[in-house]
Amino acid sequence: MGKLKYVGQSSPRIDGKVKITGAAQFIDDIDFGPNLLYAEIIESPYPHALIKKIDISKAEKVPGVVKVVTGKDFPYRFGLYMHDRHIFAQDRVRFVGEQVAAVIARDIRTAKKAAQLIKVIYEPLESVLTTEDALAQNPTLIHPDLADYNHVPWFFPKGGTNIAHWRKVRKGDMEKGFAQADLVLEDDYTVPRYAHCAIETHGAIGHYDYSGRLTVYTASQSPFTQRHLFAQALAPLGLTHKDIRVLSPFVGGGFGGKAGVSMEILAAALATAVRGNPVKILWSRSQEFYNTYQRQGLSAKIKLGAKHDGTITALEQILHWDAGAYVEYGANVVNAAGLSATGPYRIPNVTIDSVCVYTNLPPGGPYRGFGYSEFLFGLESHINEVSKRLGIDPVMFRRLNAIREGDSLAYGAEMNPNGMIEAIDKVAREIEWGKKTKSDNPKKAIGKGIALFWKAPAMPPNASSTAFLKFNEDGSLNLMVSAMEIGQGFLTVMAQIAAEILTVPPEKIRVELPDTDRNPYEWQTVASHITWGCGTAVERAAVDAREQIFDVVERGLCKDRASLYLEDECIKSKTDSTFSLPLKDIVIGGIMQPDGTFRGGPIVGRGMFMPEFASASSDPETSQGGHPNVHYTVGAAGIILEIDKETGKMHIPKVTLAVDLGKAINPDLVKGQVAGGLLQGIATVLYEDMRFNKDGKILNANFTDYKIPTAMDIPDEVVPILVEVPQPDGPFGARGMGEHTMIPAAPIIANAVEDALGIRIKSMPITAEKIALALREYKKRKEK
Amino acid sequence: MKINFKLNGQKYSLDVEPYEILLEMLRDRVGVKSPKCGCNRGDCGTCTVLLNGKTVRSCLVLAIEIDGAEITTLEGLMADGKLTPLQESFLAHNSFQCGFCASGMLLSTTELLEENPAPSKEEIKETLSGNLCRCTGYTPIIEAISDQAERRNKIWVS
Repeated sequence: MGKLKYVGQSSPRIDGKVKITGAAQFIDDIDFGPNLLYAEIIESPYPHALIKKIDISKAEKVPGVVKVVTGKDFPYRFGLYMHDRHIFAQDRVRFVGEQVAAVIARDIRTAKKAAQLIKVIYEPLESVLTTEDALAQNPTLIHPDLADYNHVPWFFPKGGTNIAHWRKVRKGDMEKGFAQADLVLEDDYTVPRYAHCAIETHGAIGHYDYSGRLTVYTASQSPFTQRHLFAQALAPLGLTHKDIRVLSPFVGGGFGGKAGVSMEILAAALATAVRGNPVKILWSRSQEFYNTYQRQGLSAKIKLGAKHDGTITALEQILHWDAGAYVEYGANVVNAAGLSATGPYRIPNVTIDSVCVYTNLPPGGPYRGFGYSEFLFGLESHINEVSKRLGIDPVMFRRLNAIREGDSLAYGAEMNPNGMIEAIDKVAREIEWGKKTKSDNPKKAIGKGIALFWKAPAMPPNASSTAFLKFNEDGSLNLMVSAMEIGQGFLTVMAQIAAEILTVPPEKIRVELPDTDRNPYEWQTVASHITWGCGTAVERAAVDAREQIFDVVERGLCKDRASLYLEDECIKSKTDSTFSLPLKDIVIGGIMQPDGTFRGGPIVGRGMFMPEFASASSDPETSQGGHPNVHYTVGAAGIILEIDKETGKMHIPKVTLAVDLGKAINPDLVKGQVAGGLLQGIATVLYEDMRFNKDGKILNANFTDYKIPTAMDIPDEVVPILVEVPQPDGPFGARGMGEHTMIPAAPIIANAVEDALGIRIKSMPITAEKIALALREYKKRKEK
Repeated sequence: MKINFKLNGQKYSLDVEPYEILLEMLRDRVGVKSPKCGCNRGDCGTCTVLLNGKTVRSCLVLAIEIDGAEITTLEGLMADGKLTPLQESFLAHNSFQCGFCASGMLLSTTELLEENPAPSKEEIKETLSGNLCRCTGYTPIIEAISDQAERRNKIWVS
């Protein structure tokens, strides 16, 4: 690789101006004309009940109401990895807030008014609100037909129970592993549910025209996956992929919440009920909390054995996930976490049981971190406790056991090249690990915490990305991809990759937002795989275009192809320094010959990427044999935490995160991910958690009661550290890092609290109140 | 009922219902889309506009309340479509990611810098505390504002 001109530069965002001027269109900013209709959803007030009767007669009579639909109109199943949902509830509701019926009216006020006139008669059933109850003897079954559901081959549902999927990992000999250990420590850790809280709520507009075309505009991370799921679910209506078009404008924050298909299926389905009229459905902030996806709750039982010299000999992790009423996406979180629940450590003997449990709470699903934040809270807390008991410095202990390139993973595949040790050392240095810091204020204690993290993209083995790249007359480019700009800056990064190969500056490249009709296929914008996967497709499209250009020059000017190269938007020759042909002169019109004919024509590059080495096939009892993860991005994080010993209130003088992203294509955008992701992670520890009452109803479905951080709540200093050990199959060596920035937040704080106060908090969140109460307990115990 | 108001320097006369919300009116009746709806209860600040130069949450204001008043949205900050120095500073610092909160942030900051040309970091944080951003962690927004305030003050001094 020669010197890079665009890759590695902090180029300005190519979507900067459109966003800063208010010109960027988000889902609710698009006008659909005077025949736009609005839908209001009737929701279940029960966590678990049978629907006995729905009376829509009064609502239908309200002037301005166009149509009322119920589950009877759409008896179709859908789901990403498991078909366990219906578009509208059929005979049974399984969480408070589940969609039961919809009113479509000419204006939203009429729709809301008429919705109140719909009478639904329910027969309440016993509800199951915790994983303990769901896994008890003879539990109430939430999905009695579970055994009949279609699902991907790597799920293992247990019919006749509430277990939707059970990922088992078995490696080595546990008995031997624990026997070799000088210390075996067991403990339990719990993590509640969380909400994504993108500031833009979900929204979708469906339009089914008289020609049979269904166009759906969605605020989405997954337009192609949505088209596929709409086509699957609505196939009985005669709709095929060709008939369905999904467009996604700018998205006001995703964080996983706008991945897959949640409420968008309603717009697709409702459109078919009011043919000829577009119909809009926009989630309120409270619906955003209870009827999209939530981050799943987790109860973890950890048993870890280690020798006096610090070597970890065995790990058992039993993870029970509160996955909610439908797990069509969430079960894959459970799967991914199960495969990787060793954390970034080399451990010879491993047992992992990652169990996806149905409950009558809202559906769980993808959330930035995809299960890793949850299990790492327990594991990285536990690692600290083990090292403390062995009398080994927790950083040394981690360094000693950290996974290295070529190590065998718990499921057998090999660990990829990585900069874990460099990350650990840099983080330790940044927070002056080992140097005790005392507060000047006697009422305050200062603690330091450190944690490692890793995460692989969780994707089906054939998840693919594609790119088209077309030149314009002036030598500028339009790049068509179907990944989504959710704020991470992917448009700019794709432009930089194409710029590097074609020597056209990023500001002359327009990267188009997804439109399933015109842009080529992309699986989804999730899993932090876009820079790597879609970036590779773009790299290949640019190389394809470049080769076409060289072809034209070879044919049109009889130049030795091997001598050609691109520089500063011109084609040049290594053997003829006087030759310099601007791209714009030939990329559309070709090259004129002496006889007046032309060679060439418009240049259109094409690139595709599928990780052909990946495989989800493995032994269901051990997970041995496959290659389910393409690679891991690893890193370390550290914090300096100041705690008020009376109130428990915490203040963060410094937090740092080192991530090995292979190659920072745009360092400023990467640093933006670190600052944003860390605060989102810190918020799950210090401020946020979802509360439900005994009837399964969420109590804090708004920003007054579910506090996300404001500008007043940020750390004094955030230090991003970029480690660059190249990913062999990544574009310019890059691998993803978007999710990783929030994963270690919980354990660094838990470990810093322990360091400052000697108190181990084993349940999230770690609020000031919890610390104050724990301190009081601690004092009482000491006095005794 | 009929109301008269100025929006971004232009005169408007509209018939509004007594229950109509300013945010709704701006977006759906007038077609100004930069104020967004994030919570509809005044928590998130993404619908922030200037009402006679002072920030309000337009989701908490009735349309009839603006009779005779002057409203400024993000569109109105730019003269002839030229970015303001504050916008330039936001761009240079990557102060937004998804961009959904950007309009509210810029309007809140505009009010701050009008009233307090040299705000401290603490004052900036306090001003922004009514505008939620889930992407950036706020740091680049605060930096953009301090930077812009500093630059502006230097020009004034010199």
